[in-house]
Amino acid sequence: MHEMSLAQSVREIIEQAALEQGFSRVKTVWLEIGRLSCVEQEAMRFCFTAAMQGSVAEAARLEIIDTPGRGLCRKCGHEAEIENVYDACPRCGNYGLQLVAGDAMRVKELEVA
Amino acid sequence: MCLTCGCGSDEVLIRGRKPLNKPKAPVSFKLHRVEAKVAEDSQRIVKLEQDILHKNDQHAQANRDYFARHGVLALNLVSSPGSGKTTLLVRTLQTLTGRYPLAVIEGDQQTEQDADRIRATGVSAVQINTGKGCHLDAQMVERALAELPCPDGGMLFIENVGNLVCPAGFDLGEFAKVVVLSVTEGEDKPLKYPDMFRAAELMLLNKCDLLPYLSFDVEQAEAYARRVNPDIRIIRLSAVSGEGMDEWTSWLEAQRPQAS
Ligand SMILES: Nc1nc2c(ncn2[C@@H]2O[C@H](COP(=O)(O)OP(=O)(O)O)[C@@H](O)[C@H]2O)c(=O)[nH]1
Ligand SMILES: [Mg+2]
Ligand SMILES: [Zn+2]
Ligand SMILES: [Zn+2]
Ligand SMILES: [Zn+2]
Repeated sequence: MHEMSLAQSVREIIEQAALEQGFSRVKTVWLEIGRLSCVEQEAMRFCFTAAMQGSVAEAARLEIIDTPGRGLCRKCGHEAEIENVYDACPRCGNYGLQLVAGDAMRVKELEVA
Repeated sequence: MCLTCGCGSDEVLIRGRKPLNKPKAPVSFKLHRVEAKVAEDSQRIVKLEQDILHKNDQHAQANRDYFARHGVLALNLVSSPGSGKTTLLVRTLQTLTGRYPLAVIEGDQQTEQDADRIRATGVSAVQINTGKGCHLDAQMVERALAELPCPDGGMLFIENVGNLVCPAGFDLGEFAKVVVLSVTEGEDKPLKYPDMFRAAELMLLNKCDLLPYLSFDVEQAEAYARRVNPDIRIIRLSAVSGEGMDEWTSWLEAQRPQAS
């Protein structure tokens, strides 16, 4: 259940930003969670609620932006959306695409008061 | 509380020769509601664009700098539970003792058994117990390093918590991840847990002594691993019979940083 430790990191990032940017309440948190990252959306939602207890983001709404995976073929240079990291290149069938998007885990922005 | 960024973890236990850090009381979440009346116009959007693993990566960099300063080859051994990491380490240490300074960091949720198995070879080991945590993070390793005599110019092996999922995402500052797959686990593991096989530079196919008794298809397993990671090196071995161990120790010796 590493979503719990990731949610704790999200809390630390938010608390740090609250100190630096002087806000005391967070209404909405936008997280970018790539579809090919190691995070399960439902588990993250569950852990987020628990981890934000007692923080400036307690009761904040969580918005998850799930970005699709994109792979770059090392053989033919084609770039395409992929479902799995081990998908073959849709143009030439080569395996071992280089992941160019979809594995990010980022706190994008906050709506604060 | 850590020196890199001031963070602290509550339930992690680091054990040197004796238990050094008593676990602190678990954090209790206080419910205090912030009922400030805020005017609508004071609401705003704060852009952060911060990587959730940013802090871990900072600690990993601190560890990496430490390894570079001391000329240490640090490796992060990952696998599912029971694939033979500790057995393999014990045998590896027996071979390398006397040739290089060696040290081990053991990660498990509970018990100090694996560190004791390592210490029986005469090599120093620190046990990290992650409690409910399912992986090692860079800060735990940073704390463990402080309890361990530095193997200057030698090798440090970090045995991660048995788990083929999330240790892939956590950089510990290692030179490389080494994934151990045993032939009793099935050929399809590289496809089922692709992140781990993609993160690793070397795959050790362990328990090859059992191949005559199984229907495990070695070629297929290796093809799956290469499908996920075309650059992965693969060594077939057995920590029990010793076959393939020479190739593994030669690989280790070839990865050592230039002696400074
Ligand atoms: N037959 C055989 N058994 C092995 C081998 N390596 C480890 N084992 C056994 O596998 C079990 C788990 O090994 P252990 O080293 O504790 O795995 P870990 O959880 O990855 O550290 C033990 O019973 C070992 O004796 C091997 O190469 N061949
Ligand atoms: Mg073990
Ligand atoms: Zn292609
Ligand atoms: Zn810290
Ligand atoms: Zn984990």
